[in-house]
Order: sequence, then structure tokens, then C-alpha cells
Amino acid sequence: MSKISKAFEQGKAFIPFITCGDPDLSTTEQIVREAVRNGADLIELGIPFSDPTAEGPVIQGANIRALAGGVTTDRVFDLVRSLRKDISTPMVFMTYANVVFSYGAEEFLSTCQEIGMDGIILPDLPFEEKDEFQPLCKKYGVDLISLIAPTSHERIAMIAKEAEGFLYIVSSLGVTGTRSEITTDLASIVQVVRQYTDIPCAIGFGISTPEQARSMAQLSDGAIVGSAIIKLIEQHGPDAPEAVGAYVRRMKQAISVEI
Amino acid sequence: MKKGRFGVHGGQYIPETLMNAVIELEQAYQHYKDDPEFNRELTALLNEYANRPSRLYYAEQLTQALGGAKIYLKREDLNHTGSHKINNVLGQALLAKQMGKTRLIAETGAGQHGVATATAAALMNMECVVFMGEEDTRRQALNVYRMKLLGAQVVPVTTGTATLKDAVSEAMREWTSRIDDTHYCLGSVMGPHPFPTIVRDFQAVISRETRAQILEKEGRLPDAVIACVGGGSNAMGSFYHFIEDSQVRLIGCEAAGRGIDTFETAATINTGRLGIFHGMKSYFCQDKYGQIAPVYSISAGLDYPGVGPEHAYLHDIGRAEYVPVTDEEAVEAFEFLSRTEGIIPAIESAHAVAYAMKLAPTMTKDQIIVITVSGRGDKDCAAIARYRGEDIYE
Repeated sequence: MSKISKAFEQGKAFIPFITCGDPDLSTTEQIVREAVRNGADLIELGIPFSDPTAEGPVIQGANIRALAGGVTTDRVFDLVRSLRKDISTPMVFMTYANVVFSYGAEEFLSTCQEIGMDGIILPDLPFEEKDEFQPLCKKYGVDLISLIAPTSHERIAMIAKEAEGFLYIVSSLGVTGTRSEITTDLASIVQVVRQYTDIPCAIGFGISTPEQARSMAQLSDGAIVGSAIIKLIEQHGPDAPEAVGAYVRRMKQAISVEI
Repeated sequence: MKKGRFGVHGGQYIPETLMNAVIELEQAYQHYKDDPEFNRELTALLNEYANRPSRLYYAEQLTQALGGAKIYLKREDLNHTGSHKINNVLGQALLAKQMGKTRLIAETGAGQHGVATATAAALMNMECVVFMGEEDTRRQALNVYRMKLLGAQVVPVTTGTATLKDAVSEAMREWTSRIDDTHYCLGSVMGPHPFPTIVRDFQAVISRETRAQILEKEGRLPDAVIACVGGGSNAMGSFYHFIEDSQVRLIGCEAAGRGIDTFETAATINTGRLGIFHGMKSYFCQDKYGQIAPVYSISAGLDYPGVGPEHAYLHDIGRAEYVPVTDEEAVEAFEFLSRTEGIIPAIESAHAVAYAMKLAPTMTKDQIIVITVSGRGDKDCAAIARYRGEDIYE
């Protein structure tokens, strides 16, 4: 049984995304602790990449700042080791295929197992290419999280049948970033997914307000928020951990309200 | 070989959002590539509009000056819009039209692919948006104006190194946000399958013609075919119909910038490592953690940290050689060809000329070299003048 399923046991899951090392790794560590303390159910940790082609300007900026500060994959592993001393909340990495490939997939994934990472999201690894890492993910007990997009249509069945951990439903066309409106018919997508798998679905891309998070969580099992958190970190500097903590609490409350 | 693979290289490493778009593109291409009506229309455009077939010109002055192998120039610089890029663009624009697309987006480095795409869009009454690194919009200001004149919108890209790599990333991002009416007209033999194959097939017209022309002029195949390689489209097109002829050396010239022992280089096969980026597995300039390196070349068109997957494969199996050529060597060749033959080559193409200048004297007079002059050099004159310390106004 995937440890990720625990994230969906306390009602709808709130999943914050945080780029490791923006503005520095010790701040990231405090932000994660505050997020967990305030009700985050699953933490998505971004390992920065020089050319994040699935990201909008906000997360691109976080990647650039983190790399400029000297963050490396090894230092991110150390951050997780430190967090795992006392935090048992499920955590997944979000990064790009080249970060894993270049490190050596076997070494990367065996390290994930050793330090207690539960899954990995690679936005540039579609279903057709997942054999690149899937066998090693299985060997080391790391869930390879699949994504479903508004354009997936007849591909949903194929992806859902082999999904692990949770399914990441991309709310909108385009790259990451906050949106004032989400127009995709997500209810129908989730309905198709439910015909093929029991694993939880969480919706991400474009969510920033408690109202959006609530409506997305109503349609699925949870909401993922990235850019809005990165913006908070940028605004609050050294006070970012408290600001993110308060935001997570508000968002978790919003999605927990039964309508 | 697996579909969309060249040995271990190639593949489709792209967001799920784009998967149906590339699948649809592949299906359309499979359908139209052997369709007589499609090919009739494309051939008519290539011949009547783009000025094909391009000349295979015997460069007698250059041959004599170098005192070795007989040198022919494949004159892609004489195509409409001034480079080989139009070959691919006319094919893709026609394909996009068949697919019901009304809008073309493209990345561009030197601006040649952007100009070609803007041209095809104007001709076929399609909307056109070109992404170009801000640094390149400065280096290639003339081409920015040409694109605007042709009715295209040029979007300067300020992220990363603000060069070709970032323009590709931004075009991919744009495509994920607008797929229904938009075709991404990728300019080189790179990116996710089926682009490397589609672009290669549309550029293969170069070697199809060269082969027939050299057989007619010399009654035999050349000993070497030389072309410059950034992503590698003119080289792939120049090599393709000679791959089975093992006696023909295939030589790709990479941009070494200030030298392959410096960090200011874009010579991917000479300095890069296997990786996954921009939709493909291939060789990339990158650090030990897989962060893509900020590459450098005087040539905006070769200033790219990766190389097309089929080139990576031809390198792996030893069928093609990839040699580094520095900025200085390329500029000298740019000037040398201008003076000896009265032909001003693109600074990209000058990389191929530079290597031929080293190779020809080591060969005998009965041997033959074909250099692909992928584009003309008007666009580069101001930048080369600056390189030589002369400030001219365009």
C-alpha cells in the first residue's frame, strides 16, 4: 500500500508545492515544517531545474533563484534527511526527467527510498516514456505520479489503469501559474478516472484562492497549490514560513468545509 | 528501432498536455507524406516559390586557393528567404493547413527560421508568432524587422540566457496553452517525435538534389559532405541520402565558440553528455546535476546546448564525424569565401566552410568535397563588422 494514500485519509487533501532552496534551503525547511503544522497533507518538493518548460514565470523564477543560490540535488536530499527526522507526512519530489537521468536513475531512486521520499512527479515524462524510470521506481518503492491533462481525452483510461500514489489532474491548458478562472470540465475527467482506478485524484495548476481550492477539492480528492505559495515566499522573505503556514491553514479549512 | 528513436536517442519527453497534439501530428504526417496531391503542392511551392532546386556550384576559385580537393557549394543561400529553413517550413505549413490549423508559432535563433515561418504564414494567410531570445533580437535586428514586415508578431524571450534554448522553451509553453488552432513549426531536427523525422524528411531535398547533381557533373559521389550543426537540420538534410554510401564522409561542424576547452562553447557532441531535454533524449551541454549549460557561439543559429537525436545516433555508430569550429575560424572563413568566390555565407554556414578550408588541402585534386552553404550572410554583416572592431549602422 502506497504511503501516499495516507495523505487522503483526513478528508480532502491540501498539497502545497515548494521549490527547494527558494530563497535558501534552511528557509525551505522551516516552510515545510510550518505547512505540515498547519494541516498540509502531502508535500510536493521541487528540485530546481535550469529550464523548467512546464512552469509559468513564477515557478521559473523560484528555480532560477534556487540554482543561483547553489542548490543541488545532493543538498535537496540532505534537506529531506533533516525533515524526515521528525516529519512523517507523505512527500513527493517534483522535477524534470534530466535531473533524475543525469544523477543516475538508480542512484536517484534508491536515495529517495533511503531518505523516505514517497513519490516523484516528472512533468516531462508522459505515459509513453515512463519505462525510462518506472521499473526502478517500483524496485525502490517510489510512486511515479501520472498526470492527466484537459487534452488527455481517450488517453485517460490508459493512464488511470497504471497510475500509482495519486493522479495529478492538470486543471487547465498551459503552464503553471495562478488563474482567475478554471474552465475545464474537470468533473467529467474525474468521472472517467473513477471507472478505472480507486487511487485518489488531486487537481493542480492555476489554484490560488480558498474558493478555487474548495471547488477543485469538491470535484476530486484534493487541491495542489504552487505558484501562489511561491509568490508568498517572494513577498515575505524571512517571514515566509509563518505566511505560508497561515495560508495553508486557511486553504485546508476551506477545502474541509462540507457544502 | 523503436518508433521515434534513433538508437537510444529521440523519444517524446513532453507534458501530457501536448501528447495528443504530437500524436495527431504524426498521424497527419503519415497520411500526407505519401499523398500525391500533397507532394505535388509542396514540390510546386519549393520550385516556383522557394527557387528550388538549389544550385550545386563548382567553387573553382576556392578550390584553387586551397590547393586540394575539388569543392562544390550546395547553394541553400539562394533559396527564397535566404536559407535552407524554407524547405522545412513550407512542408510543415502545408501540413498544418491540412490539419485545419490557422496559426503557426516558431522559435528562432538567427532569425532565419522565424523569417521562413513568417513568410509561409503570409503566403498561406495564417497567423504567426515567433519566439526569439532577447539577446538574439539584438544580434539579428534585421531579421526581427523582416518578420514584422511579413506580418508576424515577434516575442522577445528574456528568461535564462535569452537565446535559442529559451526561445524553444517559450514556444513549447505557448503550444501547451493553445493547441486547437496552433501548429508549432519547429525549425530543426530536434524536439519530441515526430519532429526530428518530419524536419529531416523535408530537409532531405538537399541531399536528394546534391546526389543527382554531383552524379551528373562528376559521374561519382563526393568524398565528403560538410555542413554546420546547431540543432542540425541543414546537416541532416545534407547527409540523409548519403548515409547508405559508406565511402562518403559526413562531417558536421559544431560551434566551438571561444574553444571547446572553455565554457563559452556550443559544441554539444564534443563537450556534452547524454540527457533528456526539449522533448528528446540526446547529447546536451550540462553540469553534473543535469542543469543545462549556458552555451555560447558568435552564431545565433548554432547557439544551442543540444543536438538532434539522429545526429547523436550517427555519432554513436560512427557514421558521421562532428568537429568543433571556433568563432575566429568561422569569421575567417566568412571573409575568405566572400573574397575568393564573391559569396557571403551565413556565419552558421561559415563554420562548415572553415572546416573545409582545413580538410581540402589534405586531400588530393581528384577528390570532391560538397559544402552546404545553408544560408546567406547579409544578416551577419553588422555583427561580424563589430567582431572586427568596426561599428556600422544597419
